[in-house]
Parts: sequence; C-alpha cells; structure tokens
Amino acid sequence: MIREFDVMRLTDSIERMCGENACDLPYDVEQAIASSLDLEDGEHASALLSELLENARVARRERIPLCQDTGMAVVFLDVGRDVHFSGDPYEAINEGIRRGYKKYFLRMSVVGDPLRRVNTGDNTPAITTIRIVPGDRVTVTLLAKGFGSENMSRLAMLRPADGLEGVEAFVLETVKLAGPNACPPLVVGVGIGGTFDHVALLAKRALARPIGERHPDPFYAYFEESLLEKINQLGIGPQGFGGRTTALSLAVNVAPTHIAGLPVACNLNCHATRHRQEVL
Amino acid sequence: MDRNEEVRRVTLPLTKEMATSFRMGERVLLTGPMYTLRDAGHQRLVALLERGEESPFPLEGAVIFYVGPTPPLPGYAMGSAGPTTSYRMDPYAPALISRGLGGMIGKGRRSPEVINAMRRYGCVYFAATGGAGALLSHSIESSEVICWEDLGTEALRLIRVRDFPVTVAIDTDGSDLYEEGPAGWRVMHDVDADDIIAGK
Repeated sequence: MIREFDVMRLTDSIERMCGENACDLPYDVEQAIASSLDLEDGEHASALLSELLENARVARRERIPLCQDTGMAVVFLDVGRDVHFSGDPYEAINEGIRRGYKKYFLRMSVVGDPLRRVNTGDNTPAITTIRIVPGDRVTVTLLAKGFGSENMSRLAMLRPADGLEGVEAFVLETVKLAGPNACPPLVVGVGIGGTFDHVALLAKRALARPIGERHPDPFYAYFEESLLEKINQLGIGPQGFGGRTTALSLAVNVAPTHIAGLPVACNLNCHATRHRQEVL
Repeated sequence: MDRNEEVRRVTLPLTKEMATSFRMGERVLLTGPMYTLRDAGHQRLVALLERGEESPFPLEGAVIFYVGPTPPLPGYAMGSAGPTTSYRMDPYAPALISRGLGGMIGKGRRSPEVINAMRRYGCVYFAATGGAGALLSHSIESSEVICWEDLGTEALRLIRVRDFPVTVAIDTDGSDLYEEGPAGWRVMHDVDADDIIAGK
C-alpha cells in the first residue's frame, strides 16, 4: 500500500523542532553534564558545568536560545519505501527552517556562497540527506549544527596498517588540536570505513545518537567506551580551562570499505548538542 | 575552590594600568560600554584603518566582545549572546591592539602574533563561557547598532553590560590559561597527553 504524504507535515515538524532545539537542551545532554559534575576536580571545571546547567534552565524558561550560534540545519530524512510525497521534500524542509528560525528569533547564520559570503537571511538551505528504508513512516532528525565545533572536525584516509590504534590516535589528536575552540565538554562523532564522502556522513550521523546509547556490536561498544575514557585523560576540561570532562560522549558508526583504505572522520559537537527526532 | 568567591569588579573602558593588572585565571565582572564585532566586521574595521580613516568608535581602552547575537525577544535588550571562537579574529587583532585596544572577549586559543601584541601594547584577553548565551544575555542592559547594519548579526554594536562574567584567559605577561589549565590537571593526575595519543 502506498501512503500519500503531504510534505506540509514535514514543514510543520521542522518548524517546531527548530524552536525546541534552540531553547531546550536535550535531556540526555543535560543528564550527561549533571553526572560529570561529581567527577570533576579541575579548578574552574565544576563551576563552569554548573553555569551550563543554569544556562539550560534560563533558556528553557525564557525561550532564549542556549547559544547564539543556533546552527546550520542538518536534516536526516529516513523515508519508508511505501511513502509517496505530494510535493518537494527538500523545499518543504527549507520552508520549515525559514519559518522556525524567524518565529523563534534564531540567528541567521548561513551565507549563500562560500566565497562571496552574502547571508541568505533565512538560514536556508538545510543540509538534507534522504535515505530509503522499509515501511511507510518518515523519520525526521534535525541537528542544529554550530560551527565552533564543526570548524575543529577532521577527516583522514589512514592506511589499513594503522588499524585501531591509528584511528584512536587520530581522534585523540583531533580533540587535542580542537582544545578549547570547540566548546568542550564535547560530543564526539566518529565515522570509520566507507569512502571519502561517506565517512563524514557516518560521523555526522553518530552525533544524532542519544548519549549513553552504545554501538550494537560489543567490539565497537567497547571501542567507544575506552576511547571516551582516553579523551577524558587529556585534561582539556570544560571550556579548555583544565579538567576531566573533555567529552560527554563518543559514538562510532562503521561501514564496509576498500581493501586499500581506512577512512576515518571525527566530527565534533559542543556541549549544546541539539538534536531532535520525530516519526511522521 | 569556588571560582565565584574571588571575583573582581571592573568598570569599562580599561585604562592601561587596569589592563596590565589582570592575572591569568582571575574571575572578573565587567560593567560599562563594550563593542560587539566578529568576522565580517573585523575585516571592514581593519580595511578602514589601513586606508587611514578614523575608527567608528574610540579604540583606546575599548573592549571588543566577539559575538553574533540572536535577535532579541520582544521586551529584551539582547538575544542569546555567548562568545564566538576567537582565532578567526587573529589576523585582524594586532592592528587593533597596536591602536590602543584594551581588551577582547571571546573563547579559545590565540596566535603567537596576537599574544605578542597583547604583551607589547598591554591588551588583555578574557574568556566568556562558550555556549552560555542565554545566561550571558542577562548581563547586557542595552544594545545599539553603530554601523554595518547590512551585516545583520555581525554588525558593530555598542552594548552596555552590568557584572558581565569573564575569566582572564591570557594576561599581558602572556600567561595562557588554555595551556596552563590543562597542563596543571595532567600534572595533578600524572598523565602525559602525548603518551595517551601514542597509545602508551
């Protein structure tokens, strides 16, 4: 059975999530900050983490965005193969962004051309990736991606011989190079495998995974936990002033790759990791 | 140690004596006028100075806050207003520091060129808490665009702040909290970052 789907529902969903993302720190992120407080011993660290929790309360109560960088919109659309869109889903998403960023007083942070740099004035376009999946549902994920952390992200084409240690070293180096600039405590998304383009997407998708949820494969679940522990030995700490809480979470996504390659991407997100998902 | 216990209240603009008296790691509450400027605004300001024109605001002792705020909600002076990452302003900062700039507010590391200029001319670098824009907006009492309104969020603004909370990230001796804070933590815990990266 084909399900007719009015793309206006996408617009409404995106519009709503723009406001929630900007002002309501996701519960998983808030919990992760709160629980890291107990482990902190950096001189400035506990007070900084408390400030972030207070900031989240102010934002939620007064509907002021958590961070002035309300991000570039990254949208993942998982479309059931039995769905038929009445209308253009890409344009419906952009219309949701346009409405949401205006309605909720968010910052217009997108330029229409990377070198000419004129602001588009409505925070469009979104970066939209559509995937066809079984069923007749549409799952919309919206990340409001800040660029303080995006700018510190890196990608490398390692050699197969570099192996697990090489991947770990690359991620640790990325976090160390980012230091204070990406607004730690971080959420770290790691992609391993695929191709040059695909590995970055794997890392980006990892940022949408709820904090605390581990990779289903025990090998990678262990990899995630042990690499997060190593990151939190670097001493960078909240805001880079020194401390244990350099990252709140780390998630890995993997994909098959070529016999000659070991692509790895490390996409960083700040403590204001804003992600929302709706199933339509 | 409670970082809020030892806090120093300072009125803007800064005198040279004041700017050089801050010490790395110190907590400071700023009150008075400051200016907001980020990437595109810096490019315009420095281009204008290099043409020999006057700055649209007095640079002597001024504090520039690297921020691109969200639009204010009805009834508010300012929207969300946390610091943006400062290194992007590094190419422009020395030209402003050499003309008397008193302080900068941002987040993240600065280049050796900027730190040298800070030491030479007596300019301090404060960090405000990145990603705490909602909270920081409470310390901003008024905001008006001075020029470059076409840049939207990146326009040059005069804002008046009261008890605006910052930490001295790099002082005029060049002491750098982004180096010494994490290094101190690693010494306390007896870890070596290079060993961790090398898998040792």
